[in-house]
Amino acid sequence: MARTGPTERPLSPHLQIYKPSITMVMSIFHRITGAALFFGTLLLVVFLVALASGKSAFDQVQWIYGSLPGKLVLFGYTWALFQHMFGGIRHFIWDTGAGLERGTRMKLAWATLGASLATSVLVWFIYLAR
Amino acid sequence: MHSNPHSIRTPAARVRGLGSARSGTHHFWMTRVTGMANVVLTLAFVMIVLMLAKADYAGALKIVGHPLAAIPLLLFVGSAAIHMRLGMQVIIEDYVHSEGAKVALLMLNTFFAVAIGLASAYAILKIGFAS
Repeated sequence: MARTGPTERPLSPHLQIYKPSITMVMSIFHRITGAALFFGTLLLVVFLVALASGKSAFDQVQWIYGSLPGKLVLFGYTWALFQHMFGGIRHFIWDTGAGLERGTRMKLAWATLGASLATSVLVWFIYLAR
Repeated sequence: MHSNPHSIRTPAARVRGLGSARSGTHHFWMTRVTGMANVVLTLAFVMIVLMLAKADYAGALKIVGHPLAAIPLLLFVGSAAIHMRLGMQVIIEDYVHSEGAKVALLMLNTFFAVAIGLASAYAILKIGFAS
């Protein structure tokens, strides 16, 4: 916290003082997945630049992405993408002024997590089934 | 909104509504505009990636080089680059309080977003125009 004066002034309590709630967790997830996607975009750039560079670069990238650690990272990227997308849609709902009541808030938070997990699994199921 | 009759703000400052940060609601609004675009473009992006997932080199060139894939991909990297720059800016402003480090990271953030966007666009256009 930035201190602006010489005296120690009281600060509002931080995260550890509150009982965790699903809305809190989804808020944290939104920021973390956003930051992860920031760096995750490198996965797309590397793929595109390799494809534009030639066959050997492309085959190398495909080999890395197709390996087990590669697939785990890509699955994580898939989930982060959908978690942030559904979290964003939740924010669009709030932007209209709707969905801020306690019950709806909780339902929307769980729906965000459920939808992101279900969509990620669906996409990977389609990939594996093809 | 009621303005304070004793406010020392000029009428021009009040009507411009840009506040002390001099940027008004532009950051908020651009986050929403690119976010809305990203919802649609992400779905297109995921479908293109699914088509690419098991393609060999020649097949991948053919898919990315097709206008119906290349154009959504270009829109996606453009919108995503702007959106992620805005988002990371907020994260930096929230957690980095030392002025020097903050300014340096905000610059790096912009460099990264521009580099990501331009590198992707160059690659997509090169593949598209070569096919």
